[in-house]
Amino acid sequence: MSASPGHDVILKLEDISKVYAGTVAVKHANFEVRKGAVNVLVGENGAGKSTLMKIIAGVEQPTAGRVLLDGNEVSFSSSGDAVSRGIGMVFQELNLFGNLSVAENVFATRELTNVFRKIDHKGQESRAAEFLEQLEAGIRPDMLVEDLRIGQQQLVEIAKAVSLDARILIMDEPTSALSAAEVEILFRVIADLKARGVAIVYISHRLEELIRIGDYITVLRDGRITGQEEMRNVDTQWIVRQMIGSDAKDFAKADGHQPGAEVFRAEDICLPRVTGGLAVDHVSLSLRAGEILGIYGLMGAGRSELFDCIMGRHGQASGRIFIDGKQVKERDTTRRIQRGLALIPEDRQREGLVSILSVASNLTLASLSRFVSLFHIRGGAERQAVTQMVRELSIKVADPAQEVSSLSGGNQQKVVIGKALLTGPKVLLMDEPSRGIDVGAKADVFRTMRKLSRDGLGILFATSDLDEVMALSDRIAVMSNGKLTGMFERAEATEAAIVAASALGHGPAHGEQRR
Amino acid sequence: MTDIPAKAAAPSASGGSALLTLMKLRTFIALIVVLVFFSIAAPNFLSAANLILMAKHVALNAFLAMGMTFVIVTGGIDLSVGSIVGLCGMVAGYLVLNGVDLQFGYTVYFNVVEIALITLLVGILIGAVNGLLITRLNVAPFIATLGTLYVARGLALLSSDGRTFPNLVGKPELGTTGFGYLGAGKLLGLPVSIWILVVVALGAAYLARNTPLGRHIFAVGGNERAARISGVRVNMVKMFVYMFSGFCAAIVGLIISSELMASHPATGESFELNAIAAAVLGGTSMSGGRGTIGGTIVGAFVIGILSDGLVMMGVSSFWQMVIKGLVIIVAVVIDQAQRRLQSRVTLMQMAKVS
Repeated sequence: MSASPGHDVILKLEDISKVYAGTVAVKHANFEVRKGAVNVLVGENGAGKSTLMKIIAGVEQPTAGRVLLDGNEVSFSSSGDAVSRGIGMVFQELNLFGNLSVAENVFATRELTNVFRKIDHKGQESRAAEFLEQLEAGIRPDMLVEDLRIGQQQLVEIAKAVSLDARILIMDEPTSALSAAEVEILFRVIADLKARGVAIVYISHRLEELIRIGDYITVLRDGRITGQEEMRNVDTQWIVRQMIGSDAKDFAKADGHQPGAEVFRAEDICLPRVTGGLAVDHVSLSLRAGEILGIYGLMGAGRSELFDCIMGRHGQASGRIFIDGKQVKERDTTRRIQRGLALIPEDRQREGLVSILSVASNLTLASLSRFVSLFHIRGGAERQAVTQMVRELSIKVADPAQEVSSLSGGNQQKVVIGKALLTGPKVLLMDEPSRGIDVGAKADVFRTMRKLSRDGLGILFATSDLDEVMALSDRIAVMSNGKLTGMFERAEATEAAIVAASALGHGPAHGEQRR
Repeated sequence: MTDIPAKAAAPSASGGSALLTLMKLRTFIALIVVLVFFSIAAPNFLSAANLILMAKHVALNAFLAMGMTFVIVTGGIDLSVGSIVGLCGMVAGYLVLNGVDLQFGYTVYFNVVEIALITLLVGILIGAVNGLLITRLNVAPFIATLGTLYVARGLALLSSDGRTFPNLVGKPELGTTGFGYLGAGKLLGLPVSIWILVVVALGAAYLARNTPLGRHIFAVGGNERAARISGVRVNMVKMFVYMFSGFCAAIVGLIISSELMASHPATGESFELNAIAAAVLGGTSMSGGRGTIGGTIVGAFVIGILSDGLVMMGVSSFWQMVIKGLVIIVAVVIDQAQRRLQSRVTLMQMAKVS
């Protein structure tokens, strides 16, 4: 591709690969970052964007390949290393210290000190105030980060990165929790940085955003780079084609079966937030047997928290839930599982799997009582159930006695699903079931969801992927700011309406928690 | 040695490397090394009498180490076991000598079996206190059991004003005789305490391998959040492991008092450290989730044989401490090296596949 004048390549990745236990995240990627331009990186969930950026920012080291900065080969052993070379990053998952003030966060690891190494708090706060001023966020630098709204926290993260005075600034989904007005401000800041010759790497899922501010675009699919162009030469169709490829996303067709009677109902679910307000705000919904109800929402919309409430993971949650019309009075997870609820959590590593146990032990962990006579686990019965589940979900594992951490992400996810299914649930809650797994495994997971709904299971699944929620759901619920802001029958749902509903309560007029 | 039962049965997918196998068997190798070394270096080491004597020594630590293993596997620690040993010894001694004064002129004396049961109950109760502090009041295990360490030791000293309960022969007319059987009795030529160890060890190994509770102990230690979401009653599991640890400590208290026919309130000081050492040597990971009863028993034997052998060789007890410390450190270093090697082998295979 031909570059515009003045946009010199400042950083170059050559043939970079990165392998994690469980997945190959990036395969032989080549990527160029140009000065004074917004270099956009797109790809689906789990395509490897975040990994690639972490390599540039020195957070992760590549398994193979070279990184060239100004034409010289470099290797960053830590993020501090990268920062000292002028590379800053706004992380997707916020990397802030909640127990410290905004100013202390902005200057973490490079505190302003006087000659006696005493931290100059006044100076830090006034400098931080300047950066926050730019972002028009109304955040005082002496506030504790944990007391801020998630969107405001994201702005602090951005202020922190901007304050680095970096030559290369990486922004990983910086707008995912921002309101429309805040996004406008961010774009002004980006334009300003660009004018000063800063190279910006911008990652986002929102195509309209990318096309608006991008200068160069690179598309990642399954850890490989599938397209690299100047933004003015491309359109949405091109991007989508590169992202999805010829093997278009396989959502498994709906089979047209009719959902049955109501199997699950939640009434008035509320969960107070530690910082005040409600993380889940009077949510009521009902689910029929054999129905797939998709819950769409942005980061921090309260989807995961809603699932947690339903599973009885929060003692302070209020509201009522019903299964088959009978109220579930049990408040603990163990007995709610016995009543027919099962959760596939969003974070596989932290909440889904016991990674040092075997595939078999993980699969039967939630349903051991099925294989027990008196107190003895009947090995034969357990093995049989494991074998059957491995076959049913086509989990690729040589021997179920293998440690579960040796599997790929997709197969690990199938183990989590298998664990939930072995409890014989009536209602399955799936939180981002396709996150971080490859295309083939995704298709398997979607097919499994279809099959389960055909078998009469009620499925609630939460996602921030618009295509996914449109393609899989019989009905679509939208959450924003803890509230249920929309409920659409599949036939009447449009992308525009769903996106609009997901932004409700995020507008600047609704800053009820600002202080 | 470091994996869970289900995996131990099958060949590891990433195995095949001889070095890895060697590292996994390190505790067994260490046991063979110390056995061979001392049978050459120390005369009479291999005599039947000496082996039985050593086994009796080892048994005491092995009981505590088994309880400790379950606790550590759940990600906790129990520092109070030594004090529980002391307190339970005192409880048993007190009951044999004084019975329970009912305040209005009557004193109830229990027979030896009842005394043993009451003592075990005391151990379990202290374990339950540990468990409640940790699960209900969210005290860190280290702190909670440090607290009960002091409390139990203080109570043991208070019970006799710091004196020893001597001469626990009991009186035939009160039915309190026979307390010496636990410590001195023999069954089929082996000391009773060894038989008890065999029974408890088999029970614990069965529990770890074949019961839901055992599986849950490993799950809680491997990933507490995931276990909770899977419906494991995490608090109950934790209560159990501390109560079991207290139970094991009570057995040790009984056996020591019975062997000496006297109860001394300072008995069991620093026993908790030996128990932790045996568990770690046997492949129990301090970060939780990994450990086996078999490994811990072997670890207890390595430590016990090492110290008895060194005594027989006439090595100074100061050097013994240095050597014991080095053995523990080396064991953990090898353990870490094995983990790294294992994960590298796995990663290489994954990179090759893709």
